[in-house]
Amino acid sequence: MEYQAKELFAKHGVATTLGKVVETAEAARAAAEELGGVTVVKAQVKAGGRGKAGGVKLAKTADEAFQYASDILGMEIKGLTVNRVLVTPATPPVEEYYFSFLLDRANRSHLCIASVEGGVEIEEVAKTNPEAVRQIRIDAIEGVTPEKAAAIVDEAKFPAELRDQAIDMVQQLWKVYVEEDATLVEVNPLARLEGDKLEALDGKVSLDENAEFRHEDHAAFEIREEADPLEAKAKDKGLNYVKLDGAVGIIGNGAGLVMSTLDVVAYAGEKHGGVKPANFLDIGGGANAEVMANGLDVILNDDQVKSVFVNVFGGITACDEVANGIKGALEILGDAATKPLVVRLDGNNVEEGRRILDELDHPLVTQVDTMDGAADKAAELANA
Amino acid sequence: MSIFLNKDSKIIVQGMTGGMGAKHTTLMVESGANIVGGVNARKAGTTVELGGKELPVFGSVAEAMKETGADVSVAFVPPAFTKDAAIEAIDAEIPLLVVITEGVPVQDTAEVVAYQEGKSTRMIGPNCPGIITPEESLAGITPHTIAGKGPVGLVSKSGTLTYQMMYELRDFGFTTAIGIGGDPIVGTTHIDALEAFENDPDTKAIVMIGEIGGDAEERAAAYIKDNVTKPVVGYVAGFTAPEGKTMGHAGAIVSGSSGTAQAKKEALEAVGVKVGKTPSETAALMREILQGL
Repeated sequence: MEYQAKELFAKHGVATTLGKVVETAEAARAAAEELGGVTVVKAQVKAGGRGKAGGVKLAKTADEAFQYASDILGMEIKGLTVNRVLVTPATPPVEEYYFSFLLDRANRSHLCIASVEGGVEIEEVAKTNPEAVRQIRIDAIEGVTPEKAAAIVDEAKFPAELRDQAIDMVQQLWKVYVEEDATLVEVNPLARLEGDKLEALDGKVSLDENAEFRHEDHAAFEIREEADPLEAKAKDKGLNYVKLDGAVGIIGNGAGLVMSTLDVVAYAGEKHGGVKPANFLDIGGGANAEVMANGLDVILNDDQVKSVFVNVFGGITACDEVANGIKGALEILGDAATKPLVVRLDGNNVEEGRRILDELDHPLVTQVDTMDGAADKAAELANA
Repeated sequence: MSIFLNKDSKIIVQGMTGGMGAKHTTLMVESGANIVGGVNARKAGTTVELGGKELPVFGSVAEAMKETGADVSVAFVPPAFTKDAAIEAIDAEIPLLVVITEGVPVQDTAEVVAYQEGKSTRMIGPNCPGIITPEESLAGITPHTIAGKGPVGLVSKSGTLTYQMMYELRDFGFTTAIGIGGDPIVGTTHIDALEAFENDPDTKAIVMIGEIGGDAEERAAAYIKDNVTKPVVGYVAGFTAPEGKTMGHAGAIVSGSSGTAQAKKEALEAVGVKVGKTPSETAALMREILQGL
């Protein structure tokens, strides 16, 4: 979110105004009083287009700040509820620019995008005036040296009187990108204020989750109450889970196979009243009883779920271990397991796995041999 | 024939003495792959018995190569040490480096890829199942029992979809199956594998498996148009994935209008690649092609 991005900017010396983050309209009034003068009240959600949605307002007085904050708090922007607003001093920009560093997947490196036309969505500028959007490749080993920063500033055609400031800021933003292990550092607008001062008026930072092990402080940026409660529960249990909107719960092993399972279930659902997958859940390689029970527990607590499809290809994991996992999970869950389970096992030790489930002969468990057939059965049960 | 890996490949394992490393070294030995040793600076000079084979532990990749003639390294080191392990292998000029490790910070991978540029090492991965040339060699974690030798070349971002597709086409078999990994930045790309399969006389047809995120499949399609004469069948996972949610793999995310499965399918179909909606339909398309050859 904006205020978090600004905290990271400030940490690395990037000129910005932090303002105050508040969760009530009353606190917004107090913040505006303390800041004095005209303030801006800005919705804090992880989405662009906040201004267009009415989530950014200029408040001339503290009472106005109170009024706007009460309007904005609780508002929905792109499906996200606004739980906090940022109150900052109003600093009207003379000009607005755009600047970002991001991961360049195509070139397997990093990319800088800079434009003297900022303050609007950069994708729009790229369409209407592509010449104004400059893309500069960054060597992953050399990074952004002072010479590179100068080249970027000149390429972007930032005004000459701001050149030195801009070169400094580009290097500071690169520090944010590298030292925080970001995959995106975006400043929009990068504002030219009265007196030719450059300041990051709004920004966005995406952090690489894989790098969390060397950034213990990044955990603080995660705001729990905004995550889906089932996703939060799954995360606590170390499960790779994404909540979706359908009725067929999905458990599988391996990200690719699970993604593929979602597709196959959605296609099968077309024949069964349009039922859709309820989630993405990858239990990974070691599908023991505990992992399976945790997975089933999360999925069965999803009120939207009507049936569950367990799709496992035994690669390294043997199917008999998975079958024992399901058996153990059903024992652990007992009466809490109430929804039908369609199980498809293939690959390593499949005969033994199927035999274990045959012997278990649990009323909720149906075995189907193929992925397509099992998806069809699970969709049918969800539509019953 | 095969690509990147064959019966003469001599394999060392970086991180052989760790949990994952020991488990999969055992499986690689059992598959018949020629594992010749491992690397762990703290245990140099000792030996470890894995899969019934006494394996020497060396202090560095360079030393292991000198002593054993190894030309492939498989890395199972933890994410925090992966960058250094990869750079060590590249400095030792090992011809093939397979990085299995999941969870490597993407800036580390970007650095390794830049470092590798112009050097003699080919890197596969990170976050991948590795590479298997059935009945000849295995450098990675793909079960060697799924399918045997045959005319199909397979390249995939996903491990389990590699297994699933090998299983679907096990009656035909494979020259080589390679999992390139699902991270936003990887060493060997779809295009590298396509080029190698095109040049491999035993590969008669190619299956390419992609997933949402990035534009690697679109770029592969452009490459196929101008460079690949062999039949290619494609599959893309994630048609129903919502925007803005990462689906398991760090690189598997639809952002805005880019990275969707539909866009990838259309790009592939535009260059004559048949694309299946499901793994089984994809296998059926390949089956038709193979029966017509």
